[in-house]
Amino acid sequence: MIPYVARRLLGVVAVLLVLSVVVYATFYLAPGDPARLACGPKCDPEQVRQVRAQLGLDEPVYVQYWHFLTGVVTGHDYSTGTGVRHCDAPCLGLSFQNDQSVTGLIAQRLPATASLAAGAMVLWLVIGIGSGLLSVLRRGGATERVLTWITLAGTATPVFISGIGLLMLFCAYLEWLPFPTYVPLTDDPEQWAWNLLLPCLALALLESAKYARLTRSSLLETLAEDHVRTFRAYGVGERAIVGRHALRGALAPVIALTAADFGSMFGNAMLTETMFGLPGVGQLLVHATQTIDLPVVVGLVMVTGAAVAIANIVADVLYAVADRRVALR
Amino acid sequence: MTLVSVEGLSVSFPSAGGPPVRAVEDLSFALAPGGALGIVGESGSGKSTAAYALLGLHRGTGARVAGTVRVAGHDVTAADEAELRTVRGGVAAMVFQDPLSSLDPYQAVGDQIAEVYRVHHRGASRRAARERAVEVLDRVGIPDAARRARSRPHEFSGGQRQRALIAMAVACEPRLLVADEPTTALDVTVQAQILGLLRELREETGMGLVLVTHDLGVAAGNVDELLVMRGGRAVESGPVREVLRAPREPYTRDLLAAVPRVEVRREPSPSSSSLPSSPSVSAEGPALIEATGLRQEFGRGRRSVTAVDGVSLTLRAGETVGVVGESGSGKTTLGRMLVRLLRPSGGELRYRGREIGTLGERELRSFRSELQMVFQDPVSSLNPRRSVGESIADPLRAAGRTSEKEIVARVRDLLERVGLDPDAYHRYPHEFSGGQRQRVGIARALAPSPKVVVCDEPVSALDVTTQAQVVALLGELQRELGLALVFIAHDLAVVRQVSDRVVVMRGGRVLEHGPADAVYERPEHPYTRGLLEAVPRVG
Amino acid sequence: MTSLLTAPARPAGAEAGAAAPASAARRVLRRLRARKAALAAAAVLALLVLLALAAPLLAALEGQDPTTYHDGLVDSARGGVPVGPFGGIDAEHWLGVEPGTGRDLFVRLLYGARVSLAVAAGATLVQVVVGVAVGLAAALGNRLADSVLSHLTDVMVALPLLVFAIAVTAVAPADLPRPLLLVVVIGLIAWGAMARLVRAQALSLLKLDYVSAARLTGASTWRIARRELLPGLAAPVITYAAVMLPQNMLNEASMSFLGVGIKPPTPSWGQMLSSATTWFRADPLYVVLPALMLFVTTFAFTVLGDTVRAALDPREESRLRVGRERRKGGSS
Repeated sequence: MIPYVARRLLGVVAVLLVLSVVVYATFYLAPGDPARLACGPKCDPEQVRQVRAQLGLDEPVYVQYWHFLTGVVTGHDYSTGTGVRHCDAPCLGLSFQNDQSVTGLIAQRLPATASLAAGAMVLWLVIGIGSGLLSVLRRGGATERVLTWITLAGTATPVFISGIGLLMLFCAYLEWLPFPTYVPLTDDPEQWAWNLLLPCLALALLESAKYARLTRSSLLETLAEDHVRTFRAYGVGERAIVGRHALRGALAPVIALTAADFGSMFGNAMLTETMFGLPGVGQLLVHATQTIDLPVVVGLVMVTGAAVAIANIVADVLYAVADRRVALR
Repeated sequence: MTLVSVEGLSVSFPSAGGPPVRAVEDLSFALAPGGALGIVGESGSGKSTAAYALLGLHRGTGARVAGTVRVAGHDVTAADEAELRTVRGGVAAMVFQDPLSSLDPYQAVGDQIAEVYRVHHRGASRRAARERAVEVLDRVGIPDAARRARSRPHEFSGGQRQRALIAMAVACEPRLLVADEPTTALDVTVQAQILGLLRELREETGMGLVLVTHDLGVAAGNVDELLVMRGGRAVESGPVREVLRAPREPYTRDLLAAVPRVEVRREPSPSSSSLPSSPSVSAEGPALIEATGLRQEFGRGRRSVTAVDGVSLTLRAGETVGVVGESGSGKTTLGRMLVRLLRPSGGELRYRGREIGTLGERELRSFRSELQMVFQDPVSSLNPRRSVGESIADPLRAAGRTSEKEIVARVRDLLERVGLDPDAYHRYPHEFSGGQRQRVGIARALAPSPKVVVCDEPVSALDVTTQAQVVALLGELQRELGLALVFIAHDLAVVRQVSDRVVVMRGGRVLEHGPADAVYERPEHPYTRGLLEAVPRVG
Repeated sequence: MTSLLTAPARPAGAEAGAAAPASAARRVLRRLRARKAALAAAAVLALLVLLALAAPLLAALEGQDPTTYHDGLVDSARGGVPVGPFGGIDAEHWLGVEPGTGRDLFVRLLYGARVSLAVAAGATLVQVVVGVAVGLAAALGNRLADSVLSHLTDVMVALPLLVFAIAVTAVAPADLPRPLLLVVVIGLIAWGAMARLVRAQALSLLKLDYVSAARLTGASTWRIARRELLPGLAAPVITYAAVMLPQNMLNEASMSFLGVGIKPPTPSWGQMLSSATTWFRADPLYVVLPALMLFVTTFAFTVLGDTVRAALDPREESRLRVGRERRKGGSS
């Protein structure tokens, strides 16, 4: 197990290196002039040139890339025009917009996104697996048909539609909940939870539909396997069969999806943040994109890439624990 | 009082867009307590369907079941859910064909047995149930049962898994054991052990047995009564000796005649004395294939597996070399190397004196038409999306010499030669039966006029009567065309019926080789002797 | 008890083999027709495509265009809420006008449909082409090619599409038409799953004996790929494409919603929804219309994709048969 994880982590480092090269090549060789944007519309060419030098954009791309790489490992000193700013490792560079460290910017935004994602994940696993299980136990009946349609509709509903729907219902029409604002967990746990309820629900509804469908199809597949037939032929009851012999095998692909889906979940979390105005990394990325704040964009892509890659390892290990037939190599 | 009485049983399955499929029709039979009944038949005979009805396993599948089934006083067709659950396992227990998929892969074998035991012994504690599981595992011959009870099915060998399933059956002390092809997925030596175990358990516990099998040999040595089925109906039934010695029905007679017998010498072909390709002469023929120290390794480093480990073999024009071995013996890998579907990892492979073991795909092209193969699986060996004519025409087209008209004419000839309608050119594989598809496969192999044909288990997926026909066809074609055949099979009896010389393989090595009759009548290696002893015999 | 007990079903049919080609297409169509939901979904989509195609015509009929501002139709004193009931519906503006600008909603929704459908279809096409090419190359190539392509595929699958797509739009040339940009960006990023599917499917087909038989005829790799593999890949590829299409539509909408997709004045449902979030108290219809259009379209596609998947699923028919016949001997 441990050598396996170590090997996989090395693999992640390799993947991230490749990713960083691709990202750097894409972003820093692309047409468009970040210096002009950072400087503002009223700059004359001379000012733009100054800004370019200040941001280090006048150096060759590979030199910039090398600074980036060494920055991640050892930190790096950036000149800000007026002086030199040291950026501690792991340094992802300084924002073009306000010279703040990208690592700091992301760290500052991460709690909101993490709160949203964690809360939603608990909700969707419970709702998704629960309704998948229910539709299998009640198969052939009205419950299954209704659940099938609801989950199908759920997968077709983007989070910004379910989000607006929830906002209109609970905040505008029923007025049960305040319009969500983000309150950090450390400030006031109760307010944190209340304010996150709607965003989490909006995000979870979409994802739980996917999980319900997967749980259902995977359970049905396991129930059609020969070993289930054996236990039926020995008089074991239906509930014991589903609970003891089918569910475990059926949950393995659900675990795998949780990881494979981590990337798309990130995307949906970003949408949810924008939707509800939560100060998470999603907002940061959208803002950075609109202002062509390349260090922030690159940093965020790398951080999400790393998160997804690590999530994949976790899922593979969980999968192997759930299904001992799978050997980790 | 009878243990099992079945009267007027009919089972039909609904089929999409057609009349329901009648799997079993008006079937009646009975079994006395402690008796053993064999239900034999070819595929589609309804034998398994009938056996499933004994435990009411058709309930809830959409199948229609009519007639009465009584097992130890329980009316299975009329029983409610609760009663049915006590019958299943408690009164009548079932052993299935595929021992790997029949056990829960995620749970320890002992726990699975304990769970079933507790279903039928409500008062039993977990601990008692687990002890019982160890006890029965020990009884069915699992060594170190207390420790092995905690292992999962994939840690068991095929034979041990089947023993574990039998242990599960025995744990509940049923009065009837229903075994559906219990040894079909196993090697012949393991099959003999499992059948021996079943006999012992019956003697010890006095339970009845319903044994469903396609293999008359298996039935012959293990049951008292025999029921022969065909197309869902009973053809003939009676004491096993009588049915096998003096069958009354023509179908039973045909079935018996088709069974290959390991103890009988190969029939001399009607014209063998007049043709130069008769066994005695062919030994002098020129060597087509000479393999020396052939090796095949899969994977690299520590995980590499040596599938074939230094095999030497000579194949002459006009002769048939049989290759027998159990699963994992490397016989299929050897066959694939001989036609160069696999590149040998070591050794020499000469075809008509030219080394072909190391040639690349491009250089091989000129040899391809002379080395052909007939595959095992009649389903996957033909592309379902192309007509059989196109499949047969492929090698001709690839050669690119002949006109379209000539190709079609040649394909029609070939179809006729293998006993199919020449107009079948435009039909698709799914319109043919397994035996017919195997004939198409043979026609495809013959299309480029090969010198060598490797047949990899060509008849093992076929019913015994079809098997006999395909084997006969191969023999005819060989004599007619002077082919050199390599006949790979796990079934020792079939190999004897076709081979001039026999090679016995195990673990990637050749243990014994020689003229067929010598190997079968005076085996030198103890392994060969064991194999031959394990083969179930009809007579 | 239950409908899933796998007692040996249809024993007499055990001889009929895997999915049959000639009749397969017909059988799939028949099964699709048998499902009313699929029919309804197909009808809705046909109507939508028709409306999208006829957008200029319908706009002319209404006498409006998607970009003209109507300052007189919004109440600037109340922040730009449309004058009149239900967002300003009248004979001139059949579905009312956009708050703030007064642009005609009906025409904007129609032109939005054009963008949504075109981007989704285009991106799916790119994904299919790249995915099939990479997947086949990995399956047929040597060990090195397979290793490199598989790792690349893994990276692409793991890449958070939205994050990366948004990032790429930051540096994309400004003069590139946005719909085209989205097609390329979504198509070139999200092909990993398709490539993985094609590789796995091709590898399992390559193990089948009929491919070995084709090799014995001396056929080249390309010939084998074309004649033996591609026909077998069609069903799973179509199925998966049908599942990806609505997802791509949502991807476009999501990016436009975030303000990094389709840029005004080109209308897009996602972008309309984005500006509608600030209006949902004052002008609910402005939210409901694009949301409804987007939902109905993706839902119809999802239903259709789901039924196509079920109709093409070889397991529904042949799992038992093939599985049974492969074993030695063969039971009834």
